[in-house]
Amino acid sequence: MRIVDHLPILQVVVPLVLAPLCALVRSRRLAWGLAAAGSVSSLVVSLRLLSAVMASGPISYAIGDWAPPFGIEYRIDVVNAWVLVVVSTIAAAVAFYARVSVQAEVGDRRIPLFYAAYLLCLSGLLGIAATGDVFNVFVFLEISSLSAYALISLGRDRRALTSAFRYLIMGSVGATFIVIGIGLLYATTGTLNMEDLSEILPQVWDARTVKVAYGFLAVGLCLKLALFPLHLWLPNAYAFAPSAVTAFMAATATKVAVYMLLRFFLTIFGAAFSFGVMGLDRLLLLLALTAIFSMSLVAIFQANVKRLLAYSSVAQIGYMILGLSFASVTGLTATLLHLFNHALMKGALFMALGCVVYRIGSVHIDAMAGLGRRMPLTMAAFVAGGLSLVGVPLTVGFVSKWYLILGALERGWWPVAVLVLITSVMALVYVWRVVEVAYFKPPPDDEPIAEAPASLLVPTWALVALNVYLGIDAGRTIGVAEQAARTLMGTAP
Amino acid sequence: MMSELLSQVVGSYNYWIVVFLMMTGFYILISRGNLIKKLVGLNVFQTSVFMLYISLGKITGGTAPILVDDPEALYSNPLPHVLILTAIVVGIATTSVGLALAVRIKEAYGTVEEDEINEIEAGIDDRRAPGRAALRGP
Repeated sequence: MRIVDHLPILQVVVPLVLAPLCALVRSRRLAWGLAAAGSVSSLVVSLRLLSAVMASGPISYAIGDWAPPFGIEYRIDVVNAWVLVVVSTIAAAVAFYARVSVQAEVGDRRIPLFYAAYLLCLSGLLGIAATGDVFNVFVFLEISSLSAYALISLGRDRRALTSAFRYLIMGSVGATFIVIGIGLLYATTGTLNMEDLSEILPQVWDARTVKVAYGFLAVGLCLKLALFPLHLWLPNAYAFAPSAVTAFMAATATKVAVYMLLRFFLTIFGAAFSFGVMGLDRLLLLLALTAIFSMSLVAIFQANVKRLLAYSSVAQIGYMILGLSFASVTGLTATLLHLFNHALMKGALFMALGCVVYRIGSVHIDAMAGLGRRMPLTMAAFVAGGLSLVGVPLTVGFVSKWYLILGALERGWWPVAVLVLITSVMALVYVWRVVEVAYFKPPPDDEPIAEAPASLLVPTWALVALNVYLGIDAGRTIGVAEQAARTLMGTAP
Repeated sequence: MMSELLSQVVGSYNYWIVVFLMMTGFYILISRGNLIKKLVGLNVFQTSVFMLYISLGKITGGTAPILVDDPEALYSNPLPHVLILTAIVVGIATTSVGLALAVRIKEAYGTVEEDEINEIEAGIDDRRAPGRAALRGP
């Protein structure tokens, strides 16, 4: 076998092997180098995988040459190749951002361990996306979650500890629910392979065990992806984690959980079962609309800007679930586009906030007064990311909202389309609150504050540039997302 | 009819144990304010799932899945047992991360009682710069 044939496993294994090395080397610079190398290699691999899958269809990789369905299979199709690209793009940007940001926010002694946890988290997230075995999903889910708890607890504020603990409790309950669901599926079908499950399950739709498994999986996954009202762990975890961790988690962890939901409910159970038998679409529509509306409202009244954006994240997850609840290819295209687009905008926004933390040590809205003139590049990045969040044309946010509204109109649900527009205005309100303070209020004192260093600004602006570039030249991303949506709905040509 | 129902209820006693354990663990998790007790509840909750998996793999009259000469031999299914070994390891890792966090919380707040922690957190005002009170020292 050539090395190219091993691509599906490489991007998971490379960070996994580098992680213990990071913990062993004890040198801050070397640990960072390993983390950056791991992230960049994953990005290269996942881009190659995406182009290979787009050109010649799904790739199946049998781990240790044990033939599926008995061995563990890694199966890459357009959907997970897409998610792999999303995760590794953000991981690469955050890795470069982390060098200076982490040094400022995490104790020296802990920095090599920080990068070890970062690589473990990355490898877990990539593993969830790459694997074709449901129990393997659980294992990688726990690898990524456990390292995420550790990463969040490294925040400077002592509330980081309590929010990590709460996340641990809720996350473990969610993961346990997922294992119960997987166990019940195995009890009915006798297989753990996704492909195999999707063939056997239609024969046993009527079994109560299958429906119970569906219920457990639904609750567990929704806890992991922070769908309202199971989002309670998220705002504090994002608000008090180190800046680099917030940018990474906000842009990847919940996205991968959304991917798991799509994979379980559309590929394994099948769209016909989820929408036809279980009525998932109606339930998700209700939850998504409540999430979008109530969380945007809560975000408007937050004083801590990081927490403001965290609530906005919960609302944005609502948009992704809303696309799924349309039960159509257009809706799913919107979900998959927003998956990537939201990662880009929240990544950029949280990185800009990290620059603010680096210079003034606070993200309280009052402390940011007058920053527009003192840190012009940082705040400009924030404004650009904010515009994308609102969904202004020429940014990626516009592309996903456009498809979301198309999907709603296709179903004839114009009130939903109106609500999407109204909540976009609410997004404008909470972004504007920050902009107003930063640009139109005088700074609280005369202390000179310098612009953030280039090593923070370059990754931030790289994501901002992607926000704009992919907002203008959206053809390619839309093409991939549409093909992925067709694969999920089972209508691929 | 009655006896049939009864034998069905008694026959699936393993599931009753699982349900009982799961609900006990979940109740402890929700009702206790002490972080250590919460972790104990989480452990009981996870253990119920271990039992679920292990009892799934048992086949009545089946022997341990080690190849014997008798071609008629009936084996228990080893796969759920192997899976749950992994889940047990995950459970241990979760507990140790949780306990490590509890130790650090005790250092930072001086308590592991949730209501006392909430009281302290409600008193933190992060209007000004990092809010020194919120910082954890060097």
